[in-house]
Amino acid sequence: MTQLASKVLEKNRTIDARGPRFSALITTVVLVLALATNSVWVLVFQGTVFAIGAFRGPQFTPYAEIFKRLVRPRLKGDVPTEDIRPPQFAQSVGLIFALVGIIGSVSGLPLLFTVATSAALAAAFLNAAFNFCLGCEVYLLLLRLRR
Amino acid sequence: MKSLVPILIVLSLASVYGIWYQRSRGKIRTSKKGPEGALSAELLGSPLGSRVTLVQFSSAFCTPCRATRILLENVVSTLSDVKYIEIDAEAHLDLVRKLNIHSTPTTLILNSSGIEVGRAVGAPNRDQVINSLSSLR
Repeated sequence: MTQLASKVLEKNRTIDARGPRFSALITTVVLVLALATNSVWVLVFQGTVFAIGAFRGPQFTPYAEIFKRLVRPRLKGDVPTEDIRPPQFAQSVGLIFALVGIIGSVSGLPLLFTVATSAALAAAFLNAAFNFCLGCEVYLLLLRLRR
Repeated sequence: MKSLVPILIVLSLASVYGIWYQRSRGKIRTSKKGPEGALSAELLGSPLGSRVTLVQFSSAFCTPCRATRILLENVVSTLSDVKYIEIDAEAHLDLVRKLNIHSTPTTLILNSSGIEVGRAVGAPNRDQVINSLSSLR
């Protein structure tokens, strides 16, 4: 086995993979609402959810709670599992966009609010609709840019 | 109504990208590389297979990497002349740059001389992997 594989197995913390995708669906709806109403408060709410997902873990957000209580009991079939780190990374990126959007709104830059919220919406929608893996596409590019 | 415009733009652009994303991910594409681009066991940190080597680049924030590893390890397990190597992209950024790898998982298919003959970005499909392995001598 490769070094990476054993490293992954060591700290293998997995969750039901359908949870983050369900959360991405609610996130999409909330961010559409933020843009449609042009409301910074909706973005503050979503930013708080992103912060919980980024710092505590994606399985602890209110959306994950809805998934556990209302959605998962109704799902049948095998439970696909996923490492928590990819969705946690996505929540962190979402948090950065939400913070940028909030800063834009409070500092009188409505365009920054719209652009940042739109970027978060694009990622959430791609995740919900196409099972897009943000960490797969973005993390390596960030590393390549940085070093 | 003005506030609905960005929503429509974002959702339609994201849909176009999403459809392309789903179609392209996992597809094995033929690579045209000359012998000067051959990869050695030294460079990859692991001996090559006598007929084919599958090299998977993975990262920590990658959901399909695990499924790809399980699939490829399983395919390779019955073939003594094919080797599977997994590389942590983050720890080998020079190699990642040299091979022009942009996302994970990316799997390279190397022939017996270590020349890249195919590449899949995203989790490949089992039948496609088996097909491309059987086409290599």
